[in-house]
Amino acid sequence: MTMQYSNLEFMGWRRENGRVGVRNHVVLLPLDDLSNAACEAVANNIKGTLALPHAYGRLQFGEDLDLHFRTLIGIGSNPNVAAVVVIGIEDGWTQRVVDGIAKTGKPVTGFGIEGTGDIMTIAKASRVAKDYLQWASELQRETCPIKDLWVSTKCGESDTTTGLASCPTVGNMYDKLIPLGLTGVFGETSEITGAEHLCKARAASPEVGEKFMATWQAYMDEVIEPFKTSDLSESQPTKGNIAGGLTTIEEKALGNLEKIGRECTYIDVLEPAEAPAKGPGLYFMDTSSAAAECVTLMAAAGYVVHTFPTGQGNVIGNPIVPVVKITGNPRTVRTMSEHVDVDVSGVLRRDMTIPEAGDALIDMVVRTANGRLTAAEALGHREFVMTKLYRSA
Amino acid sequence: MGIPHLLVHDKKDTVGVVVVEDLKAGTEMLCVVTEDNSSFHLNAKMDVPIGHKIALKDIAEGDTIWKYGQDIGKAVKPIGVGEHVHVHNVKTKRW
Repeated sequence: MTMQYSNLEFMGWRRENGRVGVRNHVVLLPLDDLSNAACEAVANNIKGTLALPHAYGRLQFGEDLDLHFRTLIGIGSNPNVAAVVVIGIEDGWTQRVVDGIAKTGKPVTGFGIEGTGDIMTIAKASRVAKDYLQWASELQRETCPIKDLWVSTKCGESDTTTGLASCPTVGNMYDKLIPLGLTGVFGETSEITGAEHLCKARAASPEVGEKFMATWQAYMDEVIEPFKTSDLSESQPTKGNIAGGLTTIEEKALGNLEKIGRECTYIDVLEPAEAPAKGPGLYFMDTSSAAAECVTLMAAAGYVVHTFPTGQGNVIGNPIVPVVKITGNPRTVRTMSEHVDVDVSGVLRRDMTIPEAGDALIDMVVRTANGRLTAAEALGHREFVMTKLYRSA
Repeated sequence: MGIPHLLVHDKKDTVGVVVVEDLKAGTEMLCVVTEDNSSFHLNAKMDVPIGHKIALKDIAEGDTIWKYGQDIGKAVKPIGVGEHVHVHNVKTKRW
């Protein structure tokens, strides 16, 4: 039976700016670490809202501060979020995040704590959060074409089965859906090492290929070379990767790159958390290969469903984006089944083809978009991790 | 064809991946090349965990290890056909 990909639809919330979300969160967004407590108190007062505590936001500067704002504004702007309350220690930077999110047209209000205190701020923010929550609860899903879906990918706790089964499954999904107008993204700059020549060759134009190589080389020159104290064996590959049979970074990278399939080309190279601006298609984003950092950056760029191949069993989730876990490792299916959304271990037994696995993933991505909770959502995984580029001032 | 013990990505490869649990030394493995579905048999010389690699030929110290039809590092010790290939006998050429 052939799946009719071009007729694929999903039920989502179309936001004020035309983008479509698959979740309907009302978010309490702290500008900084100091405001986590107030956000969590509001979330406790108003049941059904979501606080996103994180560790940073004070005394950052330059490119690192730009990334901080881009990430927070991007998370608030993500179409999986219906409305946002921002709380910061002071009004200036708080308003900067509010203004950024307001460009989407969605409801957003900010509160500064200085001169008011936690208790009064929590009271005022709780009233706004309650209004937003009740307003959002009446918004209805509508039928949307598959081209309105933005789907990111990044793998984790990889082993040799990810390169054989779960990563090619994601690649097959992209090969089928990118031509229909899906917007995709892959990243993990350090984990392309060993396959950078193959990645460069998959750029849509020589200019984009050169932009990728410049990004990859900058990571090598500015991060790896100044800070490495060894050959990075145990960090890349990780201890988990090595336990799973991966031996070198080159081997890991070749498996990783299977996620972009056989035919897709990427049309641009994005900064961390940068929203794609060249229309539908596949993008490369400059990210860390640490799972929670990478998925958070992709969520901040506006992606609404994440596909996550794993070998040894990474358990990561994200607070606003459903993370669909795919594994081809039969031992992981046996020992960690509660974390697995799509079992493609049949690929190793040769009783499931990669195109069949791709269809199974497409089916699960659409079901997830329609509202099915992923394993990570059901288990309460809400890893929200800001990427920090260097020490604060 | 039956369930394979070992999968090989590419005809050029010098290693394959164990895809069954509890593979024992002496097993006459069914090996399948995923690129073209061709198959062959190979004797496992050691117990090798699922996901770990086995040499498809004798490999000398310094030889490049090939997987996906690509260079994934170099042997730092001689490796016999059918033996376990991993961090104890292969290292990256990078970093």
